[in-house]
Parts: sequence; structure tokens; C-alpha cells
Amino acid sequence: MIYAIFVIAALGAVMGTLLGIAAKYLAVAGNPLAGEIEALLPGSQCGQCGYPGCAPAAAAMAKGEAPVTLCPPGGRGLVAALAEKLGVNVDLCDVEEKQPLVAFVHEHLCVGCTKCFKRCPTDAILGGPKQIHAIFPDACTGCEKCFEVCPTECIEMRPMQATLQTWYWPEPARAA
Amino acid sequence: MIKLFKIRGGVHPQDRKQLSANQAIENLPLPPLLHIPLQQHIGAPAEPLVRRGETVLKGALLARSQGAISAPVHAPTSGRIMGIGGFPAHHPSGLSVRTITLQPDGNDAWVDHLDPVADPFTLQPDDIARRVAEAGIVGMGGATFPAAVKLNLRNRYALHTLVINGAECEPYLTCDDRLMREQPDEVLDGVLILARGLGVERILFAIENNKPEAFAAMNSAAHAYSQVEVVGLPTRYPMGSEKHLVQTLTGRETPARGLTADIGIVVQNVATALAVHEALRHARPLISRVMTVSGGAIRQPRNIHVPLGTPLSSLIDFCGGFKQKPARLISGGPMMGQPVPSIRVPVVKGSNGLLALTEEEVRLRSEMPCIRCASCVHACPCGLLPLDMAAQIRVGSLDASVNLGLLDCIACGSCAYACPSHIPLVHYFNYAKGELAARQRAQHKQNETKRLIIIRKARMEALKQAKHEMMMKRKRELATAKQRNTETPSTEVGA
Repeated sequence: MIYAIFVIAALGAVMGTLLGIAAKYLAVAGNPLAGEIEALLPGSQCGQCGYPGCAPAAAAMAKGEAPVTLCPPGGRGLVAALAEKLGVNVDLCDVEEKQPLVAFVHEHLCVGCTKCFKRCPTDAILGGPKQIHAIFPDACTGCEKCFEVCPTECIEMRPMQATLQTWYWPEPARAA
Repeated sequence: MIKLFKIRGGVHPQDRKQLSANQAIENLPLPPLLHIPLQQHIGAPAEPLVRRGETVLKGALLARSQGAISAPVHAPTSGRIMGIGGFPAHHPSGLSVRTITLQPDGNDAWVDHLDPVADPFTLQPDDIARRVAEAGIVGMGGATFPAAVKLNLRNRYALHTLVINGAECEPYLTCDDRLMREQPDEVLDGVLILARGLGVERILFAIENNKPEAFAAMNSAAHAYSQVEVVGLPTRYPMGSEKHLVQTLTGRETPARGLTADIGIVVQNVATALAVHEALRHARPLISRVMTVSGGAIRQPRNIHVPLGTPLSSLIDFCGGFKQKPARLISGGPMMGQPVPSIRVPVVKGSNGLLALTEEEVRLRSEMPCIRCASCVHACPCGLLPLDMAAQIRVGSLDASVNLGLLDCIACGSCAYACPSHIPLVHYFNYAKGELAARQRAQHKQNETKRLIIIRKARMEALKQAKHEMMMKRKRELATAKQRNTETPSTEVGA
């Protein structure tokens, strides 16, 4: 009896010391998961999730404060990737697949103020002072930053048009 | 006679070729308008070179190829360009593509600067590939992969055999059959030119045994050439699938997601060979093709030589219209063909058939639950498990279906044909393949977005830095100027 108590106590002491040393020398600053999650996020800092950017959103997700479904531009694919990373179960069928939107400039309304041009995080807007702006749909992430600042409301968020290369058969209707 | 090897799976649909097999190829009268899409091939769309109002001659270059995998487009007849703009595509989506509209003038006058080759066999393989590319020839069995790109495979692979695909295993279709019967010498000449272009010695000309006339015609044409062997294939769908055709002929399996070139073989279609003959011997670009118009709802099924860009409605009119309302209009064969969005859409390089099928032919039944009978497993020529793949796709686990071999599926439709529960298996697979490709594109875009953001940040930093430095410089300059101002009077005083 005494012997058993002694052994357990000694084990506890040794392990505790080891853990204490490990905690000191192998300490990781910050949560590495946050960085890994941030790498998965679109990175356009659009703020549609309610956080000021992708890094804070990733940090919140790593702490478990935010759901994996928070990123609207990421779509269903991102939710699946995040769920796998964080080991949570998500019913993908409930995730609304938001149609990806891209900005479009109505040329007859654009006054060339360069407000949108300065804010675009991905340089998807081409233009200059007093020149009509245009948008490269391939580079546009649909973050709506330009949409909000346009003084003449000449920017419209349009769904991305399918082309022959990108079109595919829709999911077959489920059998009853 | 070479030894043939067995392939697994496959189905035996009724071939219904007798509807049109005995109809000789007829020329379609020119329609009032031709709509020539700039994208009739796999790869980048062609870039138009003509403008509205211009008059062009038959065979003139309308749009040049763009990029490594692309094909040019030529004028199917002489006439006036009415415009370049969006027009419904020959595609199940019915999306619009950039299309050149040409109004034929009725003269059908060829361009005068044609320069045919007297003896194509004196040309270097590179010249043959160049001429094939310039003629806008693509794989005419339906895949529409640019033929010249396939010829250039010789630079990267050690090729030894050219296989000519005359299997035409799809039911109803008889256009390749008729070509082989009516123009065996021309087809063979194209085949020999292709072999020269690939630098291969051995040619296997494969024809399914349900076309004895075509086999006899090709056999007698090929008699004089020892390197060409005409092979009769057992009739079974999908014998015309490139990989399965090669396996039947050589016993060798193409690596998963690889090319037949990986095992030294290139496969070309009969119609492609004829187009190559036309391009090299007569310097005529690919501006027309032979199509089968058939099906139970067509009054008079026919094989028609059609200028590219002809609206499908003109073909239907030429065949006497519909006997009854068709339940479904299909471009291509009934197994792999795709529904046609409307009969306004034009004939393109890859259209080999137009089928108007009746209710009984379509056999459309409602989907029932899978009973796990494994009929699809027996039918799959690729050795996959269609039932499990479809089940995974249905619950949204696309990655699991990829692990089961989704990307090795050739979408031949054998599984869906065999399924007693009428589950649209191929529809599931097509959806999943498209969804996976879309995710890949999204991932790519995300990476590019990150790159753009980093570049922009760096630029903004540099701008800020430059501004700051400019300000500091100004300050320094001001300071020195002030100093000088204060110093100058003192020196004057000192002097």
C-alpha cells in the first residue's frame, strides 16, 4: 500500500517536472491552427463574415468562437475543408452555395473618381482619374468594397456567367 | 489476322443502324444563313479576323487559332459576314458563344490561293502537322481535340502504331460507315498521311463486325499497303472508346488518366482521316462534315454532307421533318450524345449525328432505389463500381467517389443503360466531375487572389516608402536652403 502510494507520487512528480520543462521550452506562441485556417480562407479581407479580416476570423474559428460556415465567398468547398481541418461535423446540404458575384461597372454612369479603384484589394479594377473604370472578372473576389463606395452607384454585383468551359450538369434530382 | 483481346464489361444495345445505313451520303443544299461558332473544339476559342459586312470566299480563314490548344475556323461557303456575336451553342447548356454569321451568296466560290501538295509523303512530319493545324482539323468522332496537337505527340512519346477508329459503336450512327463504303481510297490516303505525320510504321484499321460492307471496301483499298491491317472487331458497346479499342487490339491497357500515347499508340477517327486527305491533297480546310440524321421520329433518316454552321432545323427539313413529336433531340449517339437545346443551333465540327427519338426509344422511366444488383458493375468497361460512386455523390462525398475511380469513368453510359432501377448514373458522374473541376477553379482563383493581394500590399508599401522619402528629401532641401540663406549674408559681411 505504502509502496504503491510512493510509486504513484514519484511518477507524478517526475512527469509533472517533465511537463513543466516541456511547457517552457516547447512553448508555441499563438495558436498554429489559426495560421492553417487562414491559409484556407480566401484572403481577400472582405469582412463579409463580420470580422475585420481573414486573420481575425481564422483566430476566432481556431478558438471555436466562430462556426466553420462563416465565410460566404468560400462556399461549400471551403466549409468542407474547414470542417475536416477542425474535425467538426457539418451537414453540407444545409450550406447555402452562394452564387459567386463579381462587380460590373456601368460605363454610362462611371465618372472616373477612382474611389473603387483605390479600394480594390486584388487590383481587379482598371482605371484612372476621369477615365471610365473596368473590372477584370477573373480577379474580382466579389468583396463589394467598390460597390459600397461608388458615388454614382454605377457598380452592380452580378453573378459570374457560366461559359462552355465552366458549365456542368446540375445535380440530378433526388429520387423520392 | 491479329489476335484480339477481350475487354471487360460493355453492353449490347440494339444498333438501329439499318434506319440510315443504306442511305448514300447526300449533299445538303446551302441554308440561307450559316452560324459558325468560334469555339468548336476543346481549347481556347478562335479569334475572329473578319468584320461585319465583309465578303469572304469559300475556305477563307474567318478566325485564327489562339494558344497551343486551339483550332482556326474557315468559311464553309462564299458570302457576306452578317455579324459576329452571341448565338446559342451546340451544347446542352444552350449558353451563347461568339459566332460568325455568314450569308451564303450561292456561288460557293473557293478562295483562289489554295496550294495543295502533290505528294504529301515527301513532306516532313512537322509540315504535315502544320497543315493539319491550319486546316482547323479536330477529332471528328465527337471529342473535337485538335488533330495537330495529337500529331505532335510524336515529339514527346515513342509512338509505334496508328489505330484508325472505325468502330462506330454508338447505335443509330452510320456516317463513318458510309464514308468507309463510299470513299475508301480517300480515307485510306488520309490514314497514310496521318501515319507519315506521326512517323509510325504500323496501322491498324479497326471496324466493328456489324459493318461488313465497310470492312470489305476498306480491306480491298488497303490491299496494296502491307503496313495497313484492317481488323474486324466484335460488336459491343463501347468498342469505339479509344482506350478500350487499343486494349482490344493490343491487349495493353492505357494507364489510368493517361493517354494511349503512353503505350505508343495514337487513335484517330475515320472522318478525321478524310479531313486530313482533303487538307493535304486539295488544301481544303475543314468546312463540312458528314452527319447521320436518324431516330424513330425522323420521316426519312439520312446521311448528309453538311456545311459547318448549318442550323439543325435545315437538316430536319431535308429529312422530311418529324413523323411524330420527338421525345428527345440528341446530338451524337444515344449512349453518349447530349440533348440539343434547340433546333436553331448550328452543326459544328464534332457533330456526328442528330437523333430525334420517340417516347419508346427514349425509355424514360422514373428513378427507383438502387437494389445493389451490380448490373452496372458488370457493365462498366473500366472496372468501376458505378453504384457506390453514385451513392457517394448523392450524399455529397465527392472525394470518396474520386477514391472509387470517378476520374477513370469515360461516361460511356453502359451502367445507366444496364441499370434496372433507371438511375441516371452518368448524370451523377457528370455532375460530380463538373463540381470537382469548379472547386479546382475556385481553389486556383483563391491562390491567385492571395498573390494579387500580396503584390498590392508590396506596391502600397513601396509607394508609402517613396512618399516618405520624398518628404524627407524635401525637408532636407528646405533645411539646407534655409541654412544657405542664413549663411550667405554672414559671408557677405565677412568679405
